Amino acid sequence: MSDFQIKAAPTTYDVIIIGSGAGGGMAAYELTKAGAKVCMLEAGQHFDPADPKYITQLKWPYQSPRRGASTKYRPFGDFDAAYGGWDIDGEPYTTKDNTKFRWFRSRMLGGRTNHWGRISLRFGPQDFKRKSIDGLGEDWPIGYEDVAPFYDEIDRLIGVFGSNENLPNDPDSIFLPAPKPRLHEMMLLKHNKRLGITTIPSRLSILTKQINEERGSCFYCSQCGRACVAYADFSSSSCLCKPAQKTSNLDIVYYAMAREVLTDPQTGLANGVSYVDTLSMEEKTVRGKVVVLAASACESARLLLNSKSARFPEGLANSSGVVGKYLHDSTGASRGAIVPTLFDRKRYNEDGVGGMHVYSPWWLDNKKLDFPRGYHIEYWGGMGMPAYGFGWGIEGINGMFPDRNGNKHEAGGYGASLKDDYRRFYGAYIGMAGRGEAVAREDNYCEIDPEKVDKFGIPVLRFHYKWSDYERLQAKHMHDTFEQIIQEMGGIALGKKPGADADYGLAEPGEIIHEVGTIRMGNDPKKSALNKWQQAHDVKNLFVVDAAPFVSQGDKNCTWTILALSMRASRHIVEERKAGNL
Amino acid sequence: MKRRNLLKGIGLGSLGMVGLSPQVKASEILNPLEGLEEKKKDPAFEQFGRTDYETARDAKLFAEQFFTKHEMKTISVLADIIIPRDSRSGSATDAGVPEFIEFMAKDKPELQTPLRGGIAWLDSQMKKRHEQDFISSTDVQRIAMVEDIAYPERKKSGMSQGIAFFSLMRNLTASGFWSSKIGIEDIGYQGNTPNQWDGPPEDVIKQYGL
Repeated sequence: MSDFQIKAAPTTYDVIIIGSGAGGGMAAYELTKAGAKVCMLEAGQHFDPADPKYITQLKWPYQSPRRGASTKYRPFGDFDAAYGGWDIDGEPYTTKDNTKFRWFRSRMLGGRTNHWGRISLRFGPQDFKRKSIDGLGEDWPIGYEDVAPFYDEIDRLIGVFGSNENLPNDPDSIFLPAPKPRLHEMMLLKHNKRLGITTIPSRLSILTKQINEERGSCFYCSQCGRACVAYADFSSSSCLCKPAQKTSNLDIVYYAMAREVLTDPQTGLANGVSYVDTLSMEEKTVRGKVVVLAASACESARLLLNSKSARFPEGLANSSGVVGKYLHDSTGASRGAIVPTLFDRKRYNEDGVGGMHVYSPWWLDNKKLDFPRGYHIEYWGGMGMPAYGFGWGIEGINGMFPDRNGNKHEAGGYGASLKDDYRRFYGAYIGMAGRGEAVAREDNYCEIDPEKVDKFGIPVLRFHYKWSDYERLQAKHMHDTFEQIIQEMGGIALGKKPGADADYGLAEPGEIIHEVGTIRMGNDPKKSALNKWQQAHDVKNLFVVDAAPFVSQGDKNCTWTILALSMRASRHIVEERKAGNL
Repeated sequence: MKRRNLLKGIGLGSLGMVGLSPQVKASEILNPLEGLEEKKKDPAFEQFGRTDYETARDAKLFAEQFFTKHEMKTISVLADIIIPRDSRSGSATDAGVPEFIEFMAKDKPELQTPLRGGIAWLDSQMKKRHEQDFISSTDVQRIAMVEDIAYPERKKSGMSQGIAFFSLMRNLTASGFWSSKIGIEDIGYQGNTPNQWDGPPEDVIKQYGL
C-alpha cells in the first residue's frame, strides 16, 4: 500500500518520521490524530504480538530446540520479542582508542519497545537541573513542570501501575493498582526497611486493569519481554502505531533504512529523506514538509552526521558541533545470591507481571557521598520457568550447604543427591541490579567512521566511550549495598565482588540500552543542536523525538520521558503548522 | 488471527449496553484466554514466532549431525549418571538430554571442542586404566572414573581437565533436563498459564513471618 503510493505518486507528506519506537510511535499517534499525513520509515519488518506467526508468549522452553538459549538474533533468549541485537549482519559499528561501546538495535515495528522491562519512571524535578545541583553536565532548557502535564497524559493513555509515595524526586503519578509483592519481594521490603533503603512497588507500564477497548488486562504470565497477545503491556507497535494507522493518515514503509535527510539548498530546510529498500537494495526518496527523527539516539545522530551538503558541511543541524557528543548510557552493576531460608519452598504459581513488583528508587543524598549521581535498584528472584542455563554452576554452590539430612556435602557431584539439590535450591535465588545516572561528557561520543560503510553503503558509527570515577565509585556503592541487603536477608552472595581492577563490575557502556544525549537540546545554539521544543536550531522543520535530545539521563529509565517529550514536541509541530510557521 | 475479526464475531454493539460499565463489558469480550484458544488452532502458533532467517538456520542445524554414534552414546551414559531416574521422575535420556546437547553443540560451536575433546580425554584415561573406552567399561569402572572428576574441590592430580569437562556436562545435562516437560513437572513450576496474582498463599506468608 505505502510502497505503491511512493512509487506511483510523488506525494509530499506533511511529516516524515524515521523510526517506530517510543518516540516515533508517539509522534505518529499525535500527528495523525491531528490530521497530518504521515509517512513512517521503519528499517525492519512488521510485528504484531497478537498475530500467531509472531507469538512466543506462553510457549514452553522445550518448544525451542535450544530451550530458550540466546542466539545472535535474540540476545535475550529464543522467546524474546526483539528482532536484532548487539550485532546485526551487515550493519557493523566500530570503536576508537581501545574504548568499548555496545549498540543494541531492533529492526521491527515498535523497535526496542517490544521487549523492554516496561519500567516507566518519570524524571523528577532534580533530574532536569543537575548542573544547578552539583555543577556537572548541563541543565535542561525545560523543567519538570513543563513535562508533568504530558506525563499525566501518557499515564492515562498507556497505563502504568505503581503507588504514590510523595518522594521528592520520584513524582507521584496516575497509577493503576500495583501487584502484590512476591515472597522474596516481601522479604526485601522487610529487610530494606531495617537498612533504610526505600523500597516501594515498581512502576511498570502493564495493565493491571483494563483502560480501553483496544487492550486487554494482564494475565500474569511474567513474559512481557515476549510481547503480549492481549496488548496488556506497552509497546509502541501495539499502543501507538496501530491506532495511528486506524486514522488512515499513516503510511508505514517497512525495510526502509534511512540514509540521509535531504535539504533544499536554497532554503536550508529539510524536504525529504533518502532511504535504502533493504529487500531490493534500491535507493528511494520520500518527500515531506517536516522531518522527525526517532531512529534511536545513536542512529539519529548518525543520520544527521551523514546528511552533509555544501550548506551543512559538518552534517545537518550540527553548526554547534555537538551532534554525537554527550553520549551516555545508564550505569549497571548486579549481584546474585542464594537464600537458604527459601530452600524447599512450597510450590505455587508466582509468575506475576513481567519483571519486579518492588524496586528501590534512589534513597540517598549525593552531597554526602563521593559520587555525584544516584541509582535505583531492580530485583529478581522466585520460582520462574526453567530454561537454558537452569542450575548452571551448581558445583560452586551445593558444597556450601549440608544435604537434606544434615550431612556434609561435597561441591559438584552427580546422581540422586545432585538431582535433589536442584529441587531444594529452586526458587531460592535472588538477584539485584543497580541502574544509575552517568555524567554526560563531551568526550564520550559517536562519530562517522572515516573508512567503514554498512552493507547499504551508509557510513557507520564509531564510538569513543570511557567511564569516569563518578561512575566507578557509584558502582562500588552499588556493590556494597547489594552485599548489605544480601547479608541482612541471611543470603549468601554468589560470585566474587568485583574490585577496582574490574571497574567495580560496571557493565560495558551501551549494555544497559539506555543510551541518550547525542543531539542534545538547550537554549544556546552554540552548545546544543535542538531548542526546548526538540526543534533543530539550524533547521526549523527538523525535530528529534527519541532519547537523543536528553541533556542528562536521570537515575531513571528513559522511555516514559521519551514518550512525554515526543508528545510535547508533536503538539508543538501541530501548533506551528497551524500558525503557518512550518 | 486478527483481533478486529475476533471482536466482530462477538459483536462490538454489546459494548454500549446500558447499565454495564463499558470497561467491564470490554474485559469480558477481550478475555485473553478466549482469544488465545483460537490463536492456538493456527498452525503458525506451533512455530514459536520464528523469523524466516531463524527458521532457515534451525533447519540447517537439524540437518547436520555433529557427534559420532560413539560420542552420542558416551553423552547418554554420562547424562544418566548425572541425572538418573528416581522415584519422582525419569532420567536425563528420558527427557531427551543427549539430543538437546547435540543441538547445542551446533547452535553454540564454542561447545564443540570442549565436548568432543572431553570425551576423547575420558576415553584415553579409561584406556590407560582398563584398556577400553568409557562406554565399553563396566559400571563399577565408569563410576570410579566419575568419582575422580565429579568433585572440583578434591583437586585430584591430573584430573583438572576431566573435572572441567564433567562440570560442563553436568551443567548442560541440568539445563536440558529441567527445561524438559519431565523436568518442569518434577521441579514443580506451576506458571506459564493465564491466572490472577494475589500475592503468596497465606500459609507461606505465615511460614516466613511476613
